[in-house]
Amino acid sequence: MNLRRVRAVARKELLDLRRNGNVVSAMAILPAVFVVEPLIQAFTLTSRAALALHHDHVLLYLLAVPSLVPATLASYTVVGERTQGTLEPLLSAPVRRDELVLGKALAVLVPSVLVSYLLFGLYLTVVELFAKPQVVSTVVQAPDVAVQLVFTPLLVAWSTWVGMAISARAKDLRAASQLAIVASLPTVAVTLLVAFAIVPSGLKVALGFGIGLFVLDRVGWRVVTGLLDPERLVTGIR
Amino acid sequence: MPAGGRAEATQRAGAGQAAAVATSALTKRFGDRVAYEEVTLEVHEGEVFGLLGPNGAGKTTLVRTLTTLVAPSAGHATVAGLAVTEANALAIRKRVGVMPETPGLYLRLSVEDNLRCFAELRELPDAAAEVRRVLEVVGMTGRARDPCGALSKGLRQRVSLARALLGSPSVLFLDEPTSGLDPGATREVLALVDELRQGGATVVLTTHRLEEAERLCDRVAILATRLRRVGRPGELRRRLFGAALTLRTAGPLADPGALLGGVPGVQRWRASAPSTYHLEVDDPRHAAPALVRALVAAGADVLELTEERHSLEDVYLQLVSKEDARR
Ligand SMILES: Nc1ncnc2c1ncn2[C@@H]1O[C@H](COP(=O)(O)OP(=O)(O)O)[C@@H](O)[C@H]1O
Ligand SMILES: [Mg+2]
Repeated sequence: MNLRRVRAVARKELLDLRRNGNVVSAMAILPAVFVVEPLIQAFTLTSRAALALHHDHVLLYLLAVPSLVPATLASYTVVGERTQGTLEPLLSAPVRRDELVLGKALAVLVPSVLVSYLLFGLYLTVVELFAKPQVVSTVVQAPDVAVQLVFTPLLVAWSTWVGMAISARAKDLRAASQLAIVASLPTVAVTLLVAFAIVPSGLKVALGFGIGLFVLDRVGWRVVTGLLDPERLVTGIR
Repeated sequence: MPAGGRAEATQRAGAGQAAAVATSALTKRFGDRVAYEEVTLEVHEGEVFGLLGPNGAGKTTLVRTLTTLVAPSAGHATVAGLAVTEANALAIRKRVGVMPETPGLYLRLSVEDNLRCFAELRELPDAAAEVRRVLEVVGMTGRARDPCGALSKGLRQRVSLARALLGSPSVLFLDEPTSGLDPGATREVLALVDELRQGGATVVLTTHRLEEAERLCDRVAILATRLRRVGRPGELRRRLFGAALTLRTAGPLADPGALLGGVPGVQRWRASAPSTYHLEVDDPRHAAPALVRALVAAGADVLELTEERHSLEDVYLQLVSKEDARR
């Protein structure tokens, strides 16, 4: 694995994504949607209601951002190039498949993790400063903060692989981004189930999920690398 | 590219007989569809080699095979001294430059950023300097900062050529470099290819335009799924048609049979109009003067004596129609 080539791919990918109006607006709107709702909740909650919610993990709502945003970004990475006609020169360049995949993934992973952490920090700050003390103690629970920090990159990676896999197989951009959202729903659902305390939580459950995701992420990387078969992508045989 | 110029270019034809590209019985099928088959050819170092064929002839697929994008179904190939295999793919890609059928530029990125990415992928020691160099070669230095989306088709094609030139690859593959361009832009791109040729580059160029192949290529292979002919454009013309002269006289010759048939080197003749004769000859350079001497001796008034030139187009049409007749 040659890091200079990985960096070259990631750099051009970031430059391209940054100038892509659709991607930038999706990146701005989607996370906002997922932060606004918990924020409204935090400020409309009465102290009594907050007490009743104490067993829930309200913070984990925010994991919807790292579960969903990367997939929509990643859904662009392969089919975007294919429809633009840039895939053939890129695949003819002296770059290994795994380097190409990693470079593209990094261009999704890094901004997604940053945006997720940023929103999370913003949310915590606003709640700590302005919400009622009873609400703060309900919403901000130390283990949840830790889970949030650890699970954000794990979920971002998984969501990225899902998005890239779809992108490598999709025929057009729109289908890819819609499918990416649909494919992210199971992950979002699981985090919500945990957030609502429907699935029991605890250190063991968290560890289980964590290890499971880590393994899935490794598998996802492999699978995506396999899907990026130049011959299939360039000649259009499926 | 070394600043060789014409002197080097003229030596080139005889020099460097090492094979830059060699294929033997190379075949690619997509399921039961044949893209090209049994292609055996050799491209010498320093030559401009044309792959000429109609749409669907397999030119693009052949180029993709030689640049390691599409695996062959059968046969064997070497490019820049390396066998075309999955294991050699990276090494081959470092030694070749490809200009695909469509430029494939990142339209949102500047010309510079487009080239920069590929210069980095080639691990060039000074990527920025190399980008400046290739932009200079294609005459686009002033447009380095422009987004590719703002460029005309012809300029995009030039950027694509610049990208193929990064790192001075030992073999250049140009897939229909002028397709879709207007005559002006076509002329500019062809002039660039001509410059590369003067500089001694090894180029494999595909085209369905005959005049392009004839103008630019040292040798031409006519491909229509299978390889039909390989040779110098002029040689192909002669091999298929032989050489011929057209003679026009002031009045009909008295005894054309005795006169024309008696000239050494004339194989056959026929009158194509009352005072116009068509002669098939071995070598026009010897036959024409002999013919004029014989005509003058016989007291005939010669109005015109010309060598009939068949264009490569005739060669091509003849080969393709033969093929159609066989089907
Ligand atoms: N992915 C593919 N699946 C099936 N047939 C293909 C595929 N790619 C090319 N072909 C066939 O291979 C032949 C050669 O195509 P191509 O190499 O593009 O020709 P050219 O570049 O000379 O126009 C065509 O008949 C085309 O239909
Ligand atoms: Mg073609």
